[in-house]
Amino acid sequence: MLKTFRIGGIHPKEQKISAGIAIQPIALPDQVIIPLSQHIGAPCQPVVKKGDTVKVGTLIGKAVGFVSANIHSSVSGTVLKIDKALDASGYRRDAVFIKVEGDEWEETIDRSTALKKECTLTSEEILQKISKAGIVGMGGATFPTQVKLTPPPGSKPEILIINGVECEPWLTSDHQLMMEKADEILVGITIVMKALNVQKAVIGIENNKKDAIRLFTEKVKEYPRIAVQPLKVQYPQGGEKQLIDAITGRQVASGALPISVGAVVQNVGTLFAIYEAVQKNKPLIERVVTVTGKEVKQPCNVLSRVGISMNDLINLAGGIPETTGKVVSGGPMMGKALASTEIPVTKGTSGILLIPTLEAKRKAMKDCIRCAKCISVCPMGLNPTLLMNLTEFEVWDKAENNYITDCIECGSCSYTCPADRPLLDYIRLGKGKVNGIIRARKN
Amino acid sequence: MAQKLIVSPSPHVHSGDTIQKNMYNVLIALIPAFLVALYVFRLEAFIITACAVLFCVGFEYLIVKYILKKTPSVTDGSAIITGVLLAFNVPSNLPLWILAIGCLFAIGVVKLSFGGLGNNIFNPAIAGRIFLLISFPAQMTTWPVAATAVDAVSSATVLGNLQYNPDALPSLQAMFLGIEGGSLGEMSALALLLGLVYMLWKKTITWHIPVSILATVALFTGILYLFNPQPLYHPLIHLFSGGLMLGAIFMATDYVTSPMTKKGMLIYGAGIGIITVAIRLWGAYPEGVSFAILLMNALTPLINTYSSPKRFGEIVKNG
Repeated sequence: MLKTFRIGGIHPKEQKISAGIAIQPIALPDQVIIPLSQHIGAPCQPVVKKGDTVKVGTLIGKAVGFVSANIHSSVSGTVLKIDKALDASGYRRDAVFIKVEGDEWEETIDRSTALKKECTLTSEEILQKISKAGIVGMGGATFPTQVKLTPPPGSKPEILIINGVECEPWLTSDHQLMMEKADEILVGITIVMKALNVQKAVIGIENNKKDAIRLFTEKVKEYPRIAVQPLKVQYPQGGEKQLIDAITGRQVASGALPISVGAVVQNVGTLFAIYEAVQKNKPLIERVVTVTGKEVKQPCNVLSRVGISMNDLINLAGGIPETTGKVVSGGPMMGKALASTEIPVTKGTSGILLIPTLEAKRKAMKDCIRCAKCISVCPMGLNPTLLMNLTEFEVWDKAENNYITDCIECGSCSYTCPADRPLLDYIRLGKGKVNGIIRARKN
Repeated sequence: MAQKLIVSPSPHVHSGDTIQKNMYNVLIALIPAFLVALYVFRLEAFIITACAVLFCVGFEYLIVKYILKKTPSVTDGSAIITGVLLAFNVPSNLPLWILAIGCLFAIGVVKLSFGGLGNNIFNPAIAGRIFLLISFPAQMTTWPVAATAVDAVSSATVLGNLQYNPDALPSLQAMFLGIEGGSLGEMSALALLLGLVYMLWKKTITWHIPVSILATVALFTGILYLFNPQPLYHPLIHLFSGGLMLGAIFMATDYVTSPMTKKGMLIYGAGIGIITVAIRLWGAYPEGVSFAILLMNALTPLINTYSSPKRFGEIVKNG
């Protein structure tokens, strides 16, 4: 039976036109720009300088603090400079510029494609390897994985949930990865289960990926502790709290972590990266990126090294259409609009979506007619129109009391509003403000 | 690529839903009731409805353009709905000048003086109807007999008879199909229910408000009927007569003036049901739906404040 989460949700047009297109490689460019901040948390400290030669997999940025992740060179060559570069956030931040020379890998990396199932490492050793490899959540949030796999003292994980939902319209990178790397993902699951010491894992896959459901259902017969759960297509099912609700029927309370209900969630892309890090000693230096859009000539799924310009990926997909008005890094619901296409691919780049100008422009906002559709679609059970008003009039105490900080910024409210009101724009502002007030109060 | 890229916060797609679509869905849902009105009252029904729409749209256009000096947005369909609903709430032989005053009050005072669509506290059509009922009680309660009925010029409504002349009641079946005397759009419960089904299918409204109103009325009169089985208390007569269906399905569900949470909608609907029955049974007016809706409109901001949606995380375990 298909399961899904119980509060709110929408069903935007799926538009998965790049589904089923095999993952293709991309030629190495002359130069890559590797940002030193590709994750949530503190940016890395560069450990290379101008003129240094690096190989594929050489550490170039060292994690600073607990919530941070190492960054490795994705190419071999010479470090040109460490300078500011525009990234997907729209800010110019520190990045390592590397001139590409050949394609020489660190000797420690096992480049064979043979499946390696056995893992004799202990839980600590696994976590160390993951931490060393600089793995972050690849569903888009880019939270350092070793932190997520280190439950706070006193909490006991019971279930590992694997996010194979890919609920964003257009994106197919996770789907295609599942189709091509199912065995590696399953080994990755067993490794994480060992690290967490959990006995049960469930893979959640939305029902619009029937081939992936079939493939995994067949493959998990070998793994008695892993199950596949088909899910009804509904956005934002890939949201951590929504996915836990859909699969276990337990809801994480406001402000609490998934571990409070005994769950740890990992994206399929992350699990593949974990497999490569633990079994093959390969740091996170490349990922699958979907390049797609209504007028894109050859929508595709590209295996891209970190640091390659998005422009190169767009060219691989047939170039940027004349009509393009907006370029989004990620999916249409939660992705970031880019100011330029000369932005490097990072660990969190799940897709590049090209939107025609006509559809990229917003319509003028009308007065709220109180139809309450935003309330009925909010997956967190909030009152978006009220939160927008409270933000507009800066009534921060009421915004806090109405749980503005629970908002997961999925955008279902703005998507649904018949009066074209930018609900999430306001709520995002108000949420930031209220979070600041809460932090100030604690200090 | 010649032009600059557009940069805006997510989401980058929209459902395509608009205010117009919702309003026109309500209008489509009103078609069955309009057809019944045409069948029962013939040309009169058409003239009254067309004039009410013309007046409402015209007044809105003129007031917004020349008094408020803004760009009129009459194409959003809300003024058309107000016109149709007001027409459905008056006798088909109402003099047109009275109808015009009602439209002017509904649009000019109830809707636009509060800031137009989205900002009004009271449903314009309901307030317009009550304004006319109080200002022109004689004209508003002289009911022509249906063109489909045999020779008579005027008659009392079912609810009028219920209080004063219980023997003159039509059959329940006639009431359900809509051949009793009364206002234009109140005729056929069946036609109005068809409209409800359409709006539920199109997700224009949810079931909460109409169902809670109808259930409350049925429950309240049903209990009274158990103790005192007279026609005056018969639940089905109450459900199928007067403006209850029209009010519950089309007037109480007005987005702007009804609560926004499911819980709030149920409270609001129950309130309308109770007040309606109380006025019908013990009040001075035979019909109470419009007063009930108007009163609950006034309580809507309060209900909104005290009925928050069910938050994620409140259900801890699977139920």
